[in-house]
Amino acid sequence: MSTMRTAASTLKKDLRLEWRSKDAFNAMLFFALLVAVIFSFSFDPNAEEARRIVGGLAWIAFLFASTVALNQSWARELHGQVLDAFRVSPAAGNSLFLGKSIGNFIFVLAIEAVLAPIFVVFYDLRTIGPTWQLGLVFVLGTWALVVNGTFFAALSTRTRNRELMLPLLLFPISIPALLAMVNATTIVLTGEDSPRFWISLLAVYDIVFTMVGLLLFDTVLNAE
Amino acid sequence: MKPLFILYALFTLVLLSWGLHQALDVAPTEQTMGDIQRIFYYHVPSAWVSFLCFFVNFLASIWYLASKNMRADAIAVSTAEVGVVFCSIVLVTGPLWAKPVWGIWWTWDARLTSTFIMWLIYISYLLLRRFSTADEQTPKLAAALAIFGFVDVPIVYMSIRWWRTQHPSPVIGGGESSGLDPRMLHVLLWNFLAFAAYGLLVVWRRYQLERGRQQLNILYRTQGAA
Repeated sequence: MSTMRTAASTLKKDLRLEWRSKDAFNAMLFFALLVAVIFSFSFDPNAEEARRIVGGLAWIAFLFASTVALNQSWARELHGQVLDAFRVSPAAGNSLFLGKSIGNFIFVLAIEAVLAPIFVVFYDLRTIGPTWQLGLVFVLGTWALVVNGTFFAALSTRTRNRELMLPLLLFPISIPALLAMVNATTIVLTGEDSPRFWISLLAVYDIVFTMVGLLLFDTVLNAE
Repeated sequence: MKPLFILYALFTLVLLSWGLHQALDVAPTEQTMGDIQRIFYYHVPSAWVSFLCFFVNFLASIWYLASKNMRADAIAVSTAEVGVVFCSIVLVTGPLWAKPVWGIWWTWDARLTSTFIMWLIYISYLLLRRFSTADEQTPKLAAALAIFGFVDVPIVYMSIRWWRTQHPSPVIGGGESSGLDPRMLHVLLWNFLAFAAYGLLVVWRRYQLERGRQQLNILYRTQGAA
């Protein structure tokens, strides 16, 4: 019970801070928008081709944008020595991890909600498969990125080149999740097949890495 | 160097020479691929040794987190480094074999891609060890990442297998239609033994080096405090 309470208060604090500053949100939004624009220079697709490639484009934009936010999420705590305070407090370390992950999940999902219509406009998209499946892919896919991202961002704060380290750790581990997100999105957009396999893979990935993250977070928090 | 180590090194040398003789002279020439197929006796054993190394790395990481025993960490570093070297050998010999046989250097097929991603994961593990700020925390962070990485490998394999497949299905234990000439299997097993012995030799030396480094660090720290 107290784990949930600590997680909830961490989440509330992060949301309030973000609501007041909107730092991470604005940075992510602008960054993802830039990626979308730069991609449009590399291809000039018609609607048919766009459906095939936009799954990849959108997820790359979200992946890069979320690394920007994830790097920030622990940097703030380092400045205020919050991590040291947390270490000496009796609260469980993984409640902090859970709260942070949910916070980041909400931020990235909000960005996606803003950007998805922009992608639709830029690339003239229309889904052929059932659209509700896209919602499922986005929720599961974003959690996969964020749960590992929050963990590895905490790990990266312990290294010499903090900001550089996060993508180096996060991207290789996230490859199966990315593959699943991109393929599921493309399948729903083109309506060619059933995304069942990819959605269940994402669900398995989410469960496995949420467990591993919760188990190992204390080790990272108390590594010094 | 201890006599036991030198003795073992000599033994490995003999095994490797025997393996070379087996692969080049004894093994029958493959019908369609010809002599090129002999790279098989290096490609496959290297892959097995690298998987073995990563598996030991995973076990050693759990052992370290459970016991905080520095020996476990030394094993984890050594096996990860040697595993990456053998995995690199696989990734180099693969294209060398693929070009004449498939006509292409590389294809994004299931096994090639998953081996490549596994290689990337363990490179990131070595990078983390290198960039970690303090010696006391490195083993813990590395062990956590090692567990993430090892858990990821089967998921990577599953996902990419669903994506596409071109690599031949496993020749050994891969169903009825696949089969290996018993003489070829014999040579393969000799070479696996030789490469495993060689891998162990390098891991052993690297382990000693790491233990030495750890002890030196402790000395520095106590001297610094005094």
